[in-house]
Amino acid sequence: MGGAHTVMIRVIRSGLLTSLQDLGRLGYQKYGVIVSGAMDDYAHRVANLLVGNPVEEATLEMTLLGPTLEFQVDALISICGGDLQPRVNGRHVPQWASLMLKKGSILEFASARVGCRAYLAVCGGYDVSAVMGSKSTYLRANIGGFQGRALQDGDYLVCNPTRQRSCVQAAPESISTGWGACDNISHPWSVGWRARTGVAPSAMIRVLPGPEYEAFTELSRTRLFSEAFQVSVQSDRMGYRLVGPVMEYQGHREMISEGVTVGTVQVPSDGNPILLMSDRQTMGGYPRIAQVATVDIATLAQVKPGDAIRFTEVSLLDAQELLRQRARLLRYLAAAIACRDKEGGWTYAPDRFEL
Amino acid sequence: MYPIDRPEFLPLGDSAVVVRLGQEIEPASQRSVRQFMRALEADSVPGLIECVPAFTSVTVFYNALDTSYENLVHHLQRVHQQSVEEISEAPKVVEVPVCYGGAYGPDLAFVAEHNGLSESEVIRIHASAPYLVYMIGFAPGFPYLGGVPPTIATPRRKSPRLSIPPGSVGIAGTQTGVYPISTPGGWQLIGRTPLSLFQPQHNPPTLLNSGDLVQFLPISKAQYERWEVHTPS
Repeated sequence: MGGAHTVMIRVIRSGLLTSLQDLGRLGYQKYGVIVSGAMDDYAHRVANLLVGNPVEEATLEMTLLGPTLEFQVDALISICGGDLQPRVNGRHVPQWASLMLKKGSILEFASARVGCRAYLAVCGGYDVSAVMGSKSTYLRANIGGFQGRALQDGDYLVCNPTRQRSCVQAAPESISTGWGACDNISHPWSVGWRARTGVAPSAMIRVLPGPEYEAFTELSRTRLFSEAFQVSVQSDRMGYRLVGPVMEYQGHREMISEGVTVGTVQVPSDGNPILLMSDRQTMGGYPRIAQVATVDIATLAQVKPGDAIRFTEVSLLDAQELLRQRARLLRYLAAAIACRDKEGGWTYAPDRFEL
Repeated sequence: MYPIDRPEFLPLGDSAVVVRLGQEIEPASQRSVRQFMRALEADSVPGLIECVPAFTSVTVFYNALDTSYENLVHHLQRVHQQSVEEISEAPKVVEVPVCYGGAYGPDLAFVAEHNGLSESEVIRIHASAPYLVYMIGFAPGFPYLGGVPPTIATPRRKSPRLSIPPGSVGIAGTQTGVYPISTPGGWQLIGRTPLSLFQPQHNPPTLLNSGDLVQFLPISKAQYERWEVHTPS
């Protein structure tokens, strides 16, 4: 299987924006260091669960157009998120499932058919140093992840070989006794459709009123909830620029810069809202009309430039209850995966059922 | 001045709360913020993830699975009550050596001309009094400094530069600051410091912190170059 520093994944083509992300760099915002992290933290978590990793482990976030990767060792992986059409050696492979690839396999992604971002987890995780406690890539400051940047053609990604080996060894004998004509095998089950992100064609986003909500005109507030906004092409990991009804602020004075967070909907003087996402700066000086419920950030991460979104109001208590529900779902998935793992039953055929 | 015994609590979504301690950008607000931050960091608030100070407020990020908004606010109110009774520490003064003008300060001449001063007068005024670090934001380690004398205030450049070298000291209106990393920017660049404002491997990772006082020290080009050689990166 190789020594302690086995190179494991060769990047043949890097894709549009492929970078290592985990659950974010927490505790350093007061130094001006942004949080970053996986935009769809739900798909990121499930991808890790499916390969037996802790949810805090880094995954490879792939955006709109995915990479082409060569696996130089046998690997247990999973791919969750939007549908970037993964194929191994030319054949479709299941997503939201555990997948074992044979050494030499070429995993190729194409463009996002549905959704926007997908997450590749490898059993054992990626072997990069944590910076300020996190493996997330802070692209603008060249910190963290893989050499502080997005992947480029010709890069080599190292995974944790010791943990990888034990994952593969733990898999049933049918794998090690020969793959036969097959390059990859998977469990016959995958995560159910209703427990996935990146499957819906349109998005209804739940929001709470922001601190400056009352200082916007009544008409603006009505239109915020009754009309659609389009996510413009000037949208990225820092934030989504929304095009739709103009939001008019009636506040008396210039706002003093205050904290913002993921999902803050801020409105500059032109009235076109900006919805802040993972790579937002730590401070904002624009009035905040709304705040997206944390549970819906993952949904937003799967919205592409050009797509439309609508907002609906939710209370703080309900938004927090939704977070608790999601935590329960993740605990259930973790338990179900562990249970099915024990049962074994890796299959060569697409003989699938859902958790 | 906003009465400091009644902070305002504003939810920022379901996982953060803004604690407003003042209404104006002024040293008194900064003192309230600094005191509250110190008390928060000494206490252990259930569910708390991190606290981020700004000009007049502290944003508290929390895990909604570990605490309710109500419980958190009650706890924060108690912490604030205790913090008001503490004696505030004197702020830390950080000396920042700056080589003004020449290649390091390409806009110094413009700032001088704009204000009807000589370049050496601009340098003297800029380095005369210490500046209060209101907060760190916009970029890692970037200090928002208050207290620029209006005699050297200069508007931003009409067209921003695409890339500003790290360590550049600039003026924009009545604000002054130091760029810790290479970014685009529209500030008038008057000098550069050989000090590193942001070092990700250190603890803490920034040279300056909210509540510090910055004292600029003019140095020569020769001194600047010697500094760079002796300081490991």
